[in-house]
Amino acid sequence: MAKKLDKVDAVTVGVGWTGGIIAAELAKEGLNVVGLERGGDRSTEDFQMIHDEYRYAVRYGLMQDTSKETITFRNKPDERALPMRRLGSFLPGEGVGGAGDHWNGHTWRFLPYDLEIKSQTDKKYGKDKLGEDYTIQDWGITYDELEPYFYKFEQTAGISGEENPMGAPRKHDYPTGPMKSSPILYRFKKATKNMKLHPFQLPSANLSEQYENPDGETINACQYCGFCERFGCEYGAKSSPNITVIPTAKKTGNFELRADSNVVEVLHEGGRATGVRYVDVKTGEEFVQPADVVILTSYVLNNTRLLLQSKLGKPYDPKTKEGVIGKNYCYQITAGATGFFEDEKFNSFMGAGSLGATVDDYNGDNFDHKDLDFIHGGSLSITQTGQRPIENNPVPKDTPKWGKDFKEKSLHYFNRSLSVGAQGASMPHRNNYLSLDENYKDAYGNPLLKLTYDFTDQDRNLHKYLSEQAADILKEMGADKVEAKEISEHYDIVPYQSTHNTGGVIMGDDPETSAVNNYSQMWDVDNLFVIGASAFAHNGGYNPTGTVGALAYRAAEGIIKFMDEDKQLVKANKDRQLV
Amino acid sequence: MVDSNKPQGPEDHSRRKFIRNSGIAVGGIVVGGALGSLIPTKQKDKDQSNAEKPINYNDALMFFTMEQFQTTEAATERIFPEDELGPGAKGLGVAYYIDHQLAGPWGMNAKDYMEGPAYNAEATQGTQTLMRRADVFAIGLKGLDDYSNKKYENKFTELTAEEQDDVLQVFDVAKEFKLSGATTKQFFELLRSMTIEGAYSDPLYGGNKNMAGWKMRDFPGSQMGYTEAIMNKEFVKIEPQSLREHMG
Repeated sequence: MAKKLDKVDAVTVGVGWTGGIIAAELAKEGLNVVGLERGGDRSTEDFQMIHDEYRYAVRYGLMQDTSKETITFRNKPDERALPMRRLGSFLPGEGVGGAGDHWNGHTWRFLPYDLEIKSQTDKKYGKDKLGEDYTIQDWGITYDELEPYFYKFEQTAGISGEENPMGAPRKHDYPTGPMKSSPILYRFKKATKNMKLHPFQLPSANLSEQYENPDGETINACQYCGFCERFGCEYGAKSSPNITVIPTAKKTGNFELRADSNVVEVLHEGGRATGVRYVDVKTGEEFVQPADVVILTSYVLNNTRLLLQSKLGKPYDPKTKEGVIGKNYCYQITAGATGFFEDEKFNSFMGAGSLGATVDDYNGDNFDHKDLDFIHGGSLSITQTGQRPIENNPVPKDTPKWGKDFKEKSLHYFNRSLSVGAQGASMPHRNNYLSLDENYKDAYGNPLLKLTYDFTDQDRNLHKYLSEQAADILKEMGADKVEAKEISEHYDIVPYQSTHNTGGVIMGDDPETSAVNNYSQMWDVDNLFVIGASAFAHNGGYNPTGTVGALAYRAAEGIIKFMDEDKQLVKANKDRQLV
Repeated sequence: MVDSNKPQGPEDHSRRKFIRNSGIAVGGIVVGGALGSLIPTKQKDKDQSNAEKPINYNDALMFFTMEQFQTTEAATERIFPEDELGPGAKGLGVAYYIDHQLAGPWGMNAKDYMEGPAYNAEATQGTQTLMRRADVFAIGLKGLDDYSNKKYENKFTELTAEEQDDVLQVFDVAKEFKLSGATTKQFFELLRSMTIEGAYSDPLYGGNKNMAGWKMRDFPGSQMGYTEAIMNKEFVKIEPQSLREHMG
């Protein structure tokens, strides 16, 4: 029997970037907020032994424990879905700070094209560019409307960057200047300039200098130590919820953080959420936390699962294309190329998660797609994140994978190879979606989420095109041998690709085709907000966190508004207007 | 604007000590400025070189039998052999690393989803076996001997290097020979990935003895940072250090 606790104004399910932002903004307004996080509590002091590739990068020290919760997976709707028994293709975080602890810190603004992708694509290339199985749609908000919220997140995180000539227009400079342009980056910039492309320094949440954000939180300067993605920062130099929004929320006295608290159900009655039921994962005790507003701020996968499990919103059906929960699951198409250099050695073991340079000439609709068999594209970057020896054994394709030759080549090329990679955009397809599994259950007796996903022709064509561009850049950079990446025939859940999963609870201007409005408020349940990359109607050609942060700041504004007005904040459909 | 040459991170006691203990040797290049002055050569290392070589009490077994250990040592040495570039898996203590890992949560699949039923999967769905890694490994080692006996009438450790390579090749391809409850490929993949891990993980896990795996790669292990060095156009060779340095 669950123990019923005292009611609070707001409860967040998950305390990472989105949960932390909501907690800080609401608590500053004097609302009392409880944050429930399924994983443990942690802070910078927990990262003193963080320079451990084996523990964190190989054995996923900061990631979700799949013995308790995982997903089932299949490529096609007519296959049997089977459990992902260990992590592979993507690595959801766990614990206070969530993926905001182990991210690399690439902080982008999605392009104006992204937010109006359907209408702009139709207008320029006609209605049938992709065909009707691709369920692309506008997001129900324009870039100009979202611009202030992007900046707000960048200010909170202190993002270091410089003007992107092909990017979304900015009203303000970045809060801090760009990171160092190391020789590896310089070489990429020089080569791409020769090719008449437009390079710039990648916008980074590893800060170029010490910075105090508008809430008074300090973020330190990056030490370029080479342990960033999959690691926490022992210097407090990588912006994370733990060193920004969470302490801001705590300082108000209005925020209570409960770690090791796994929410298993959103409770509701008569079309209103009444609170959540959660399990203390250490003791097994169950609690009910009533609240006036419930805010889902966990990862994409769990936001979707909680709605399906709690029977909130209409589940998506791929046969009819009706329903919304689970719809438009997208991923990231990780195209790219590797170059091998015989006579040069690079300091590639040094670096920072976001130390990189990018060209956006092949992103969004920055290039003409009239004669191409795909839409969108992706940012192309070189990054110097710190190559570590277990995970990084780049060797030319014809090298055996073990034995004398492998050893010799893997030693030789470790500091003699560079890669250019794309964050390729991912377009939704009717058969790529999330639903509940009928057979497999988690440690708490609830059905696992089922992922049905495969690459499409759009993905294959985009991948090929971007990989060729990446290869050309490496040739211009002087590589002796260049190998372009190839996309696997089917999406494979085993090798790591990207932790940029999106969709499932998408944003739009029509309750028939979207789950939340542009404040991340559910169309069907006024006092339920669902925030995160789950709201992306497709995935763009960038890492998602900057856009996630912007949506969270907008949602925070919406929740505060809702506390006063207690109603739907956006009028649905054609003559959409912001209320 | 803050001077970006200065480390601005928090510096607790152990971290200051860590920097002081850093033995940085820059091959052919002088790293000046803040990094150079921050990191003086460690005196202690020189004093220790004359001392008697200490026994490593960690070099003992928690999982394998002696025979399993020897087979593992021989097999991993073929995956990552000693050559003119440096030690192989045996010299790096990889078999001790594997022994210690199989005895712990990794060997017991503590963080894997182990609920049945287990169906045959499409390749894209990942492994579905409910057999634990420690068991797969033990069965695989027995399989190496069984197959070696069948084909060469001798156990794996008694074969020539070429014969051992052939046996491992058969296990990698996984067509010719079957294990009970697991495929030879499953075992081989585990053997291969654990060999690489044992060669390059922090020495605290029992492999990468004396950081010799890192030295072969010119990988400096756990350094405080590279704020200055990162702008260097030449390759900077740095004496590696491990997490042990944090302990003072």
